[in-house]
Amino acid sequence: MSSPVETLVNNEYKYGFVTDIDADAAPRGLNDETIRLISAKKGEPDWLLDWRLRAFRGWQKMSEPHSWPNIHYDPIDYQDIIYYSAPRTAKPLGSLDEVDPKLLETYTKLGIPLSEQKVLAGVAVDAIFDSVSVGTSYKARLLEEGIIFCSFGEAVREHPDLVRTYLGSVVPASDNFFAALNAAVFSDGSFVYVPKGVKCPMELSTYFRINAEGTGQFERTLIIADEGASVSYLEGCTAPRRDTNQLHAAVVELVALDRASIKYSTVQNWYAGDENGVGGIYNFVTKRGTAQTGAKISWTQVETGSAITWKYPSVILQGDDSVGEFYSVAVVNGRQQADTGTKMIHMGRNTRSTIVSKGISAGRGQNSYRGQVKVLPRAEGARNYTQCDSMLIGNRCGAHTFPYIDVQNPSASLEHEASTSKIGEDQLFYCKQRGLNTENAISMIVNGFCKEVFKELPMEFAVEAQKLLGISLEGSVG
Amino acid sequence: MTATWVRRFDATATPDEPEWLRPVRRAAIDRFAGTGFPAPRDEEWRFTPVAAITQAEFEPARPGSRVSRDAIAPFVFGHAEWPLLVFIDGRFDASLSMVPALPGGARAGSLAEAITAGDATLARHLGHHAPVESSGFTALNTAFIQDGAFVHVPAGVELAMPVHLVFVSSGETEGTVAQPRNLIVIEAAARASVVESYVTLAPGRRYFTNAVTEVVSGEGAWTEHTRIQRESDSAYHIGLTHVEQAAGSHYRSFTLAMGGAIARHNLHVRLNAPRIETLLYGLYLTRGDQLVDNHTAIHHDHPDCNSWEVYKGVMAGESRAVFNGKVLVRPEAQKTDAKQTNRNLLLSDGARVHTKPQLEIFADDVKCTHGATVGRLDDVALFYLRSRGIDAATARVLLTYAFAAEVVEEVALEPVRLELERLVRERLGAGD
Repeated sequence: MSSPVETLVNNEYKYGFVTDIDADAAPRGLNDETIRLISAKKGEPDWLLDWRLRAFRGWQKMSEPHSWPNIHYDPIDYQDIIYYSAPRTAKPLGSLDEVDPKLLETYTKLGIPLSEQKVLAGVAVDAIFDSVSVGTSYKARLLEEGIIFCSFGEAVREHPDLVRTYLGSVVPASDNFFAALNAAVFSDGSFVYVPKGVKCPMELSTYFRINAEGTGQFERTLIIADEGASVSYLEGCTAPRRDTNQLHAAVVELVALDRASIKYSTVQNWYAGDENGVGGIYNFVTKRGTAQTGAKISWTQVETGSAITWKYPSVILQGDDSVGEFYSVAVVNGRQQADTGTKMIHMGRNTRSTIVSKGISAGRGQNSYRGQVKVLPRAEGARNYTQCDSMLIGNRCGAHTFPYIDVQNPSASLEHEASTSKIGEDQLFYCKQRGLNTENAISMIVNGFCKEVFKELPMEFAVEAQKLLGISLEGSVG
Repeated sequence: MTATWVRRFDATATPDEPEWLRPVRRAAIDRFAGTGFPAPRDEEWRFTPVAAITQAEFEPARPGSRVSRDAIAPFVFGHAEWPLLVFIDGRFDASLSMVPALPGGARAGSLAEAITAGDATLARHLGHHAPVESSGFTALNTAFIQDGAFVHVPAGVELAMPVHLVFVSSGETEGTVAQPRNLIVIEAAARASVVESYVTLAPGRRYFTNAVTEVVSGEGAWTEHTRIQRESDSAYHIGLTHVEQAAGSHYRSFTLAMGGAIARHNLHVRLNAPRIETLLYGLYLTRGDQLVDNHTAIHHDHPDCNSWEVYKGVMAGESRAVFNGKVLVRPEAQKTDAKQTNRNLLLSDGARVHTKPQLEIFADDVKCTHGATVGRLDDVALFYLRSRGIDAATARVLLTYAFAAEVVEEVALEPVRLELERLVRERLGAGD
């Protein structure tokens, strides 16, 4: 049974092409000048430059976390990275027609319908190409509702008060090594503001793509759902294949005010490196949301790419009756390493959280679930349900579970379950004697294994997820 | 306080020490001098605030405390003819002990005496299993190996009666440390039951016990190992039990932890061959501002082994409990069946629990699960009992006892089980 299983997880990286366009890049290395240059390029106000520099000072005192994550890599040379790389354009872009056709071609290859909106009708896309947002669609329709959906740079220019109020309010610049690095050098990202009581009429979507060699991508996303508002946000990531490792250290901050609801879905398919572990993206991401009274934050992630994944989308349940959710599928193959999970910090009364994590390990991949559920003394009646299941394909890979449970209130009720298993011979046999071939049977079983997470993906995104999950898996999703 | 210990080591004259022991102790003190005690940043010690122990000065307890047989009586249970080894502040006390002739050449006695006698089994095993790398405390204990219990059951011998090891802290002076070191060797197809009790004569005293027990279980051996920790509520207790299991052996452990201001027990089991069975049960009962920490690690290195683990905890007052259960399955360990459960009951607003059930799996054809729960008493069950005319306080005690007793029931030897049940009832305030 091993050969079809291996083809299932061994399909080649389809998105490994490089777009050859003239890039406007900062010199390699990181110092005050780099930060001043980035800030100047983006025409930022002084307060933001100061914020960056403060973050940089803090970062200089921190060290890369190597002791606790279950991932192994050589220390990164932060002076050998280009911290800013923007496609060179003569003037600011007014419409999609003005976008470099080569860029559009890249998106077409990826199947991103920036110019073919009919494919993903109803989805507004803010595409991030390396570090600068190149075009934003559906803006007008959103503006009618008062929704702001723009690049981070534009938000700093057009809505400085909102940015200043919420930037760093969820993930402070001093939060951790990679968050501090991001705060110092972030180049662009997306910004969303949904006003009071507004239900965003469409799924918002962004597409990250790392292009220039030796660049790091440091985008920063800030989503604010005002009281009673709701929004669903989709994020997809790919990167061309290269031999050197590329660093990606992003920060996502979600602010859900009273009774607001934010759903954040990710399909991450950065280049994973080859079967010998050469190349691939180092993905160190800090994602966190704060939920006020009656608010809800839901993270869904499908992580199939990157040489290293280090991310823990978290929810701080500050308000009473707030809800946090985390649904994850993480696949590792080749020499990939993933250390991913979530944190649910229960602060308010009657807060609830649900964690469903599915890890699939193949090849020589190492997959770790690391999660924390914390119930603080005031969180009367808090509830958590955690389920993390692992599936191993072959005996050269590993599946690990590191759940931290910390309860400080006796009325809390927590359940944690974890299991590890393989595709059963009897399951396969049953499917095959019903006339399915091995490949379809495996697809079906893997799909069943991940179903609880896939059903959380917005319908529009499920199409993307299918493509990115790989040829063999494609038939098994949905 | 690392330097103090290194000085003490150098100052200790041991002219009659056998040749094999010196390098074992030397390597341990070198290791300790290099790494010292665990720091809070050490992931394995994150939730155990050992600074209270490592920053304080503890004087090695002086031998010669006079303890009467009557003073020991409350800690002795079972039958009068059970082999009983009593240790006062880590030193064997022959006058309080009772060791009948054991069948088939089996021995139970003082480690110090066995070292002096040049015992070959001892030389082969002592200090060769519990790695000094596992923590600064283990290294320290190994560096100062002096006395403790030595139990040896030769191949094929069955001990009908359990061997009871009672480690008494006299508490004569404040701020002393005792470092008992035990070796239990159960050879092929032998069968034995060992009970380790850590008790105190001075319930309010602050002292430190740093105990290490090595257990070697031969092919097809059957071992039941019970550990009862009832130190003073102001005392510090750090213990390591390291178990090596050979093919087809069965090892079952029960740990009751209810004493200590800070008490930690590490239980490491290595499954060194196929077809091994390992059963680990534990119960921790905390109150006041106690912190009780249980770390278990089960190393599945070979195929066709089963491990089963259930740890339960009841926390009251402002106390804290920590549970960390690790199950490691190597690539060779196919057909492993491992199940781990940790359940916690919080009785008060100030009580707190950290639990981390951890799986590390490198083999694909395995069945590994773990589960952890935290909660309070079930309101529906409480209501049911009250509707039957049982008052609220009694109903709570009944349900709490039922929760705890479930795991005690797993102790195979009846007199030991009855004593454990009595201790749990006494602590929880449940009548007979």
